[in-house]
Amino acid sequence: MSALDQMYQDVILDHSKRRIGEGLAAPDESPLEGETAAGCHHEYNPTCGDEILVRVGVDGDRISSLSWQGDGCSISMAAASVLSEMAPGTDLGTLRIQIEEFREMLRSRGNHEPDEELLGDAVAFVGVSRFVARVKCAALAWVATEAALTKALAESA
Amino acid sequence: MHSDSSPDRPAPVVVPSVVPAPGEPAGVLDDEQARELAARFPVLRRTVGDKPLVYLDSGATSQRPEAVLSAEQTFLTQSYAAVHRGAHTLAVEATDAFEDARRTVAQFVGAEEREVVWTSNATEAINLVTYAMSNATAGSNGAGPDSRRFALAPGDEILVTESEHHANLVPWQELCARTGATLRWVPVDDDGLLRMDTLDDLVGERTKVIAFTHVSNVTGAVNNVAAFVAAAKRVGALTVLDACQSVPHLPVDFHALDVDFAAFSGHKMLGPTGIGVLYGRGELLDSLPTFLTGGSMITSVTMERSEYLPAPTRFEAGTQRISQAVALAAAVRFLTDVGMDKVAAWEAHLGQRLAVGVSQLPGVRLVGPRPGQERVGLASVSVEGVHSHDVGQLLDVAGVAVRVGHHCAQPLHRRLGLTATTRASTYLYNTTDDVDRFLEELSGVRRYFRVDD
Ligand SMILES: Cc1ncc(COP(=O)(O)O)c(C=O)c1O
Repeated sequence: MSALDQMYQDVILDHSKRRIGEGLAAPDESPLEGETAAGCHHEYNPTCGDEILVRVGVDGDRISSLSWQGDGCSISMAAASVLSEMAPGTDLGTLRIQIEEFREMLRSRGNHEPDEELLGDAVAFVGVSRFVARVKCAALAWVATEAALTKALAESA
Repeated sequence: MHSDSSPDRPAPVVVPSVVPAPGEPAGVLDDEQARELAARFPVLRRTVGDKPLVYLDSGATSQRPEAVLSAEQTFLTQSYAAVHRGAHTLAVEATDAFEDARRTVAQFVGAEEREVVWTSNATEAINLVTYAMSNATAGSNGAGPDSRRFALAPGDEILVTESEHHANLVPWQELCARTGATLRWVPVDDDGLLRMDTLDDLVGERTKVIAFTHVSNVTGAVNNVAAFVAAAKRVGALTVLDACQSVPHLPVDFHALDVDFAAFSGHKMLGPTGIGVLYGRGELLDSLPTFLTGGSMITSVTMERSEYLPAPTRFEAGTQRISQAVALAAAVRFLTDVGMDKVAAWEAHLGQRLAVGVSQLPGVRLVGPRPGQERVGLASVSVEGVHSHDVGQLLDVAGVAVRVGHHCAQPLHRRLGLTATTRASTYLYNTTDDVDRFLEELSGVRRYFRVDD
């Protein structure tokens, strides 16, 4: 499999079309029913114009919903979709560890064997780590989610 | 896995023949000559992965021939010194080379030497004009009585176009913010071409500046400079031409175009980065207040006040980009030796081949002039269902280097309903094979990303 095919794996191309979580669950940070808190965060990559607004809903110590609105390349959209599929129901501590592992995998330039059990479908992004210029694309939604979560928790504290 | 990487070949490309404009020498470049020219550019011999490089990003920055690289090296290894100061032999030689370079570049664009101001790039050249106008408004930086013509007041208008590069938009926005003037713009149509029918209504007694691009870096269209100049003259407005994409690719004569100011960058015309030019009509430069101040641009300095040199030196504060100017002159000689009329005709041919080829691909939208309409060797496209970054990635793996994104023209992209496009842009070293490589790879993009699945 070529490096290109390793980046554009089936999982990624599928998710870039399915776009799970696309469409904000609510326009702002006021918690919906079943949420104890919510946070929103916007990330923009000025070099390529990719952008995303992520909304995270929290119910106690678990993620209750993750939704987003954005525009960008297949890698950035697929990364948002994969995370939206994984996150609901996950406890906050685990999500933070997953985000950390995802980041480490992306930064590895192909030298990090990702924890498949922890990352699930998101291991498909390992191929992106060989394309340094695309690492930010994959990270965009995950970074936004981390920031949105921090805001949600600050709100509820 | 989508491992089948041989894309469908595009249908054969039918290209209208390029007819030289009346009065132009008939000689045009051909593939063989372009290949010979390319051989003089060391970087063009490299590969990307295991694929030969096909460089189609000259609109962003051009590559440099051996002649330019060695001119800079020869100067640096034999005559380098500070210019316009010091009496030693090297200083004299360096000053001569620096001023020779100015003469060479001035001749190339139909200007007098005193009308060529060195800047870092076109962006700085445009900022020079906008800050000088602020200084005229504030009555500072050598703003004598003659400089009143550059002063702005609330209610005055600056006219730009919706297709400008940010370099010819943001400085005018900022000038408006500093002076209270109002920014207006000529809109574009659905293809991204200027709605010149709106010009008469947009230009009025309040219009003080009309700033517009000669050739669009997104659409490749060549704009009607004469129409802008005529409109400006009608109301006494200044014209500022963004010549970044014209001077490298077309024969350009600023006196013949009759614009007041113009800006271009050396790195887009086979020269180095870090050097650009502001052209200013002689009598205007003489009364324009300064922008950057300090050493090299003064006559006498006391603790209270300073007097400035005449143009162009009064705009060249601080130690200048000496070897870059020398190398730019070498680039100009290279272009002159080939002949700008030939370069323009060849690139028009490549541009048509791009336009025709792209419009034959299903699901690919061509921005700008339609096939058969005038365009330079540049084409921006949007592939339905595939983001331009993904397009660029696929092309890169095939060795084809193109630009993706908004090309520093967000308002134009927004107006076209796009956030990003993929742009192929040629130069004198590109061949029809290069264009066909691009078209071939482009034709496989939608299939690779399974747009129709
Ligand atoms: C039309 C146009 N104007 C202005 C610029 C700015 O040139 P520079 O970045 O060299 O100042 C460019 C280059 O990208 C351009 O294409």
